[in-house]
Amino acid sequence: MFDVVVIGAGIVGAACARKLAMLDRSVLVIDSGSTAGGTSSQGEGNLLLSDKAPGPELVLAQYARRLWPQLAADLADELGREFPSIEFDPKGGLVVSTTDVGASPLLAFAASQRAAGVDAQSISIAEALEREPDLNPAIGAAVFYPEDAQVQPAIATEALLASARLHGVEVRQGVEVTGVMVDGSGSVVGVHTGRGDIPCGAVVIAAGPWSARVARSFGLLVPIRPRRGMVLVTSRMPHRIFHKVYDADYVGAVESGDAALQTSSVVESTAAGTVLIGSSREQIGFDDRLNVDVLRQLASKALRLFPFLHEQPVMRAYGGFRPYMPDHLPLISADLRMPGLWHATGHEGAGIGLSIATAEMIGAAMTGTFAEIDASPFSLERASLAPFLVEAA
Amino acid sequence: MTQVLVIGAGPAGLAAATAASALGADVTVLDSSYDLGGQYWRHLPSTRPTASEGILLHGFERFRELRERLENDSQVRILTLSQVWAIDRNPDTRNAGDSSVGDRWRVHVLQGVPDGHDRLALTIIPDAIVFATGAHDRTLPFTGWQLPGVFSAGAAQALAKGERVAVGSRVVVSGAGPFLLPVAASLVQAGAKVLGVYEASTISRLASGWLPRPWQLLGAPGKAAELVGYVGNHLRNRIPYRTGRAVIAAEGDGRVERVVVARLDANWAPIVGTTRTIEADAVCIGHGFTPRLELPIAVGCALSAERFVAVDHRQATSSPGVYAAGEITGIGGVDAALAEGSIAGHSAAGGSDDEAAMSRQRRLRAASTRFAARIEAAHGIRPGWSQWLTPDTLICRCEEVSYGRLCDTSAHTGSAGLRSLKLSTRAGLGICQGRVCGRTVEDLLGRLAAGGLIDTTSTDRRPIVSPIRLGELAGGTVLPPAPPPPGNTEERE
Ligand SMILES: Cc1cc2nc3c(=O)[nH]c(=O)nc-3n(C[C@H](O)[C@H](O)[C@H](O)COP(=O)(O)OP(=O)(O)OC[C@H]3O[C@@H](n4cnc5c(N)ncnc54)[C@H](O)[C@@H]3O)c2cc1C
Ligand SMILES: Cc1cc2nc3c(=O)[nH]c(=O)nc-3n(C[C@H](O)[C@H](O)[C@H](O)COP(=O)(O)OP(=O)(O)OC[C@H]3O[C@@H](n4cnc5c(N)ncnc54)[C@H](O)[C@@H]3O)c2cc1C
Repeated sequence: MFDVVVIGAGIVGAACARKLAMLDRSVLVIDSGSTAGGTSSQGEGNLLLSDKAPGPELVLAQYARRLWPQLAADLADELGREFPSIEFDPKGGLVVSTTDVGASPLLAFAASQRAAGVDAQSISIAEALEREPDLNPAIGAAVFYPEDAQVQPAIATEALLASARLHGVEVRQGVEVTGVMVDGSGSVVGVHTGRGDIPCGAVVIAAGPWSARVARSFGLLVPIRPRRGMVLVTSRMPHRIFHKVYDADYVGAVESGDAALQTSSVVESTAAGTVLIGSSREQIGFDDRLNVDVLRQLASKALRLFPFLHEQPVMRAYGGFRPYMPDHLPLISADLRMPGLWHATGHEGAGIGLSIATAEMIGAAMTGTFAEIDASPFSLERASLAPFLVEAA
Repeated sequence: MTQVLVIGAGPAGLAAATAASALGADVTVLDSSYDLGGQYWRHLPSTRPTASEGILLHGFERFRELRERLENDSQVRILTLSQVWAIDRNPDTRNAGDSSVGDRWRVHVLQGVPDGHDRLALTIIPDAIVFATGAHDRTLPFTGWQLPGVFSAGAAQALAKGERVAVGSRVVVSGAGPFLLPVAASLVQAGAKVLGVYEASTISRLASGWLPRPWQLLGAPGKAAELVGYVGNHLRNRIPYRTGRAVIAAEGDGRVERVVVARLDANWAPIVGTTRTIEADAVCIGHGFTPRLELPIAVGCALSAERFVAVDHRQATSSPGVYAAGEITGIGGVDAALAEGSIAGHSAAGGSDDEAAMSRQRRLRAASTRFAARIEAAHGIRPGWSQWLTPDTLICRCEEVSYGRLCDTSAHTGSAGLRSLKLSTRAGLGICQGRVCGRTVEDLLGRLAAGGLIDTTSTDRRPIVSPIRLGELAGGTVLPPAPPPPGNTEERE
């Protein structure tokens, strides 16, 4: 019998399983698909502070950012040279406003972040162009964020899982969780799966955008919805983009609850030499069909930042579904409605970066040890979630 | 009037356009190439072939007749150098539900030379679509296949037929399937010395595929005559045709100078101690075909177990208003493509099933289908081929991913996911987007994963069908973009 069953072999499940194993729990990870087959291989790998307003999510992101360098080094040591690199790169972010009206909100936002401990440097346009010589000089303001970093998300997920296995975790792919087993007092004692029942002491739902569906199969409401995002990938080229470069209106798109399409141009080059342009945000359910208008918007916004990309071929477009929470905060929490049930999900467009801090929080909460940051803003009990936890009549 | 869009102007597309127009439809037929004709006919010279070329230019008269008829038909619009780069839903009917048939898809086209700088952007919203996008050759990897001097059979044939250029002076042809023969014949016509045609399948498998029912071959008359012609040509030119053999390595300093040929067992595994090195400056490889499925997948067409577009007796796909014909529905050669194209065009234009005109096409199609099944039985890829790989053999040439890398990453991650493994090895992520190596990557990774691959993605899925410049994509879009007006819209971008 396992102490803990983690549902979902995405980056959040992987990080949690690894952490729990390091805390001497026996852990089974189950995924209905393959490892890193969901959202964690369908987005980008930005580890950002720059897009986060002061508040609990920023605190979580700062915590995660402190953990990543050590994690990257640990994973490389544990897994050896034959394992592909997770490509951790603290390259820094450059946020610009491409409109005059955007300039002062950007500078005010940066000032508020500085007050919260973020290294947010307002720089001159000349300095911005020194950092990014091919940037469109017609910008209103620029802020440099040295702490912004990136990883390759699919490899980071696989690396966390491989490390978890080294710590004793078992991973089963192609097994769908279909329900929960509870005892007379309503506490979790196992899960039903497509391949039989699995008894366990606790369950962590880390099923990304599908978490609501899993919770529903347990008879519980969790208000997570899919938020579609698309990314463009260009063919390889010599490195001419050195940081993560975004348009300030990206911040607006992240924070918005609007269901309509929003795009923002986050432009960056990858270790492989391609340029990634992403990403859009749309609430259209689990509809993964192409919409060319979305691609057109991404392209035109990217060109506003880097006009030289005009001739660069786009060779691929891909996308996924961010696990969206109505109050824009992840859910990292015990579920008091069903003792033994935990949630580690709802990270929307930041789950790659936040996964590692999420794992620490879950580990601390499950073992009743000291957590480095306050967990209450991520709890299922928080006031901002209450309106969404009552079933619509 | 029904607006029928035919994508691809090979034999299947030309036949579809002709049949649709005959029923009074308003037809647009487009092709990314500079000329009509598709894989097999495109490279014909503009003048009438000489008698000695006759066999190479199979069906030349048929082609000329189809082309002239379409060119002189005022109901038909022909667009060459027109690449469909994406299909998505028409926003005006996006929420109309599945019962609505017409107007469902927006077909996005770029017209002009691919490396030119003023391609014209077109958006076409047809009532019915016929996919006739054909197939490209499949090439199994071997050590040294990234060297200059290694060609796909199709590319070699295109050069030989279109430009009268042979890819080398001492050429080896290797792979599987009856189409290796016309390739060798074209090379000889273009002045190369063909040192040998190496067919991977063993003679006993060929015999069981081809010989038990020879009368079926005669049911596809054009095909049979053609094959006999090739064999005669071979004998005349004394090209050694060897079965149960394959080129398993190419060597040379910066380009092909030698190839290593080995004997294969019935499973296509090389037999130890049978290798022989041949001095050659070019090698042409073809192991059958991979259908171009990205557009059918984009509109949700169901695929068959063999991974072709599934069609019914009317060539209708599972997606309403969408038809498919030719090589994307099964590998059957020119005659099958023509028959299927006629039926698809007829159906797309609203023609009924029971018209007499179609019964002849249906008979022709049936005969060719049997031919296709026999090609697969005799020449289909056998799993033993992977034994000619070494850890250093490149599998994905674009991203230089070796077989050893695939093995290591699969072993270390234990992932059963194609998407994850592609991202962690980079196999299939290069500029060709897995067109060359995709099926091979799936095959090899599937064998390496303990229980096989389990994710639902495939290397045939490519929402962006061909590269498009960011400038072309952004075009003159106003943000947010205005929905295009209904009907066909054209705008210069
Ligand atoms: C376009 C796009 C761009 C993004 N960019 C960034 C970025 O730059 N930085 C960043 O930090 N984040 C980014 N994100 C967000 C990030 O990808 C997600 O927050 C993160 O991947 C969520 O990880 P997860 O493990 O929670 O979910 P997933 O990776 O989706 O994993 C959930 C797993 O649960 C499994 N599952 C579901 N149901 C069941 C069941 N019943 N039984 C068993 N298993 C089940 C699924 O198969 C899946 O594998 C982006 C997302 C998108 C879509
Ligand atoms: C090397 C070789 C030798 C062969 N020898 C013989 C032979 O001897 N006898 C025989 O019967 N058959 C032979 N064949 C097979 C024959 O070529 C095919 O059966 C036939 O061409 C199939 O016709 P099709 O119309 O389905 O596709 P194709 O002829 O391949 O035509 C498809 C067309 O679609 C166009 N297209 C594809 N995608 C797009 C897009 N996105 N946008 C715009 N246009 C697009 C392509 O440019 C192409 O012109 C050979 C094939 C090869 C490769």
